[in-house]
Amino acid sequence: MTDATTMVPARRPSRFAGFARWFVSDLRGAISLTFLLALMLISVLAPWISPYAPAEQDIDAALAPMSGAHWLGADDLGRDTLSRLIYGGVASLYASFLAVTIAVLIGVPVGVLAGYLGGWVDATISRVIDSFLSFPAIVLAIAVTGALGIGLTNGMISVGIVFAPQLARLVRARTLVVRNELYVDAARCFGGSTTRILWRHVLPNAIQPVIVQVTLLLAAALLAEASLSFLGLGIQPPDPSWGAMLARAYQNMEIAPEQMYPPGLAILFTALAFNTLGESLRVALDPTMKRN
Amino acid sequence: MLNSSRLRIIGRRLLQAIPVVVLSTFIVFGLLKLVPGDVAVTLAGDNASDQRIAEIRELYGLNQPFFLQYGSWLWKAAHGDLSSSLISNEAVLTSIQRCLPHTLLIVALALFTAMLIGIPLGIAAATKPGSWIDGFVMAIASLGVAVPNFWLGMLLVAFFSLQLNWLPATGAVSLMKDPWASLSHAILPAVALASGGIAEVARQLRSSLVEILSSQQVRTLHAKGLPPSAILWRHGLKNVSVNLLTVVSLLANRMLAATVVVEAVFAIPGMGGLIVNGAMNRDFPVVQGVVFTMVLIVVTLNLLTDILYSVLDPRISS
Repeated sequence: MTDATTMVPARRPSRFAGFARWFVSDLRGAISLTFLLALMLISVLAPWISPYAPAEQDIDAALAPMSGAHWLGADDLGRDTLSRLIYGGVASLYASFLAVTIAVLIGVPVGVLAGYLGGWVDATISRVIDSFLSFPAIVLAIAVTGALGIGLTNGMISVGIVFAPQLARLVRARTLVVRNELYVDAARCFGGSTTRILWRHVLPNAIQPVIVQVTLLLAAALLAEASLSFLGLGIQPPDPSWGAMLARAYQNMEIAPEQMYPPGLAILFTALAFNTLGESLRVALDPTMKRN
Repeated sequence: MLNSSRLRIIGRRLLQAIPVVVLSTFIVFGLLKLVPGDVAVTLAGDNASDQRIAEIRELYGLNQPFFLQYGSWLWKAAHGDLSSSLISNEAVLTSIQRCLPHTLLIVALALFTAMLIGIPLGIAAATKPGSWIDGFVMAIASLGVAVPNFWLGMLLVAFFSLQLNWLPATGAVSLMKDPWASLSHAILPAVALASGGIAEVARQLRSSLVEILSSQQVRTLHAKGLPPSAILWRHGLKNVSVNLLTVVSLLANRMLAATVVVEAVFAIPGMGGLIVNGAMNRDFPVVQGVVFTMVLIVVTLNLLTDILYSVLDPRISS
């Protein structure tokens, strides 16, 4: 590239201009972001744009192929697939964000404390993180769900708990670096309290890799939700989610194989979009990384 | 190969693994504390008799202080007594011995598949970075990470079992009883499980190979007039093969997790079915037993990787 990096900007570009430049220069990232925003918009508008209610049964339409009345056909109970796909998206997105929020709420403070305090606190926390990371993620989530009780919310709390150590490890490593920066020393010399130093100086500077990781974890959480719901440990009937739709479609695969494409593709594209956006953010947020 | 400093490293790794194993057992036992309400009443299920509740209270020693409960559970587990199912009364160890081989076969076959397809893809991409082959491989890698394993499994069943009738759709056969039937049952699940692994192997191999092939050292070899294939095989792959070890151990962990769902698609009576049914019925000894076994497998694999790593990489000897 003959390139923008060697040119010295006359003045600091506005945030919008920077965003616009990123949007044009990184096509894959831009498409992913647009797709995800569209998906969220569809989820918010679900009650108005969905052609049927998600649990509305029309036995005559059971396992109907694609048609004008049912654009994507209907499942074995005659429920409209498109409507269930839209409402399933609501459940799947809610689940992903819930799990990742919990992971952030647990993982970030634990990681910052371990990295900043050091000593035996760090040693203990690091061992605990290592132990958690030796559990295969979904297996531990299933076990936690079994303990808490079956259901979408419990399932995603479990997934959040399982993801938290990954974030904690990342934040800890980053905090270890930031802790020794000159500006943190300066803040300490001026008598800033530990809480203030953590909030104002350490956290904002350690958060960047977290933003990338959170985006990638959203994809992982989406797949985890689909897995749990497919197994019957997540969302409970009659509520739809993409994983639960796949489970039903699989039971009727020999009669209506086309029923397993819409939810499967929805999961694939959404996970792909989160992952691609994560990779784009990694490049965009890292000033030292050269574009190639 | 194995001088005294190497042995000391191996000894240190073994020592480091101990706290992780102990903490893991603590987590496995601690799962019980997440059960809401009176544990014994909840686990006994609906309409349980007082006697049944008392039995479960006895089983977990719920009247004793927490650390005594944990201690006696750990003592029994260390001696291979994982107690027995609350539903079927079968010893948990017996269930695991029956189910584990099916799971291990699929995971092993999936790891093999991931290598078999991922390594050539990674090499092809790395030798011509920026070419259409590179783009194609990277696209496959992105898809491989994002595709849900169990959906891929469904597609494979639809095509290879129902459409073409080449391979059985569901079930599993013991490798000891009939190796051929066993493998033919395991192929589709293994391929479904391998998708993420293929992507991971190809990606890791590509990035580390590209780095080495663009190094000063390799440029000197080019200048010396060494043919590119010799550079690739003798200098490139030899150096990155150690990195692959780390990927394999990471993949084993992920596949042990993903196999739970894939087994459900193919109706394989493995560890997945065991833990899913256990979680559905709050059959806690089974759940704890499966999680415990899986953690032991992962920790052992990590340990083996670490040891192999220190043996293979001469730089880690001091």
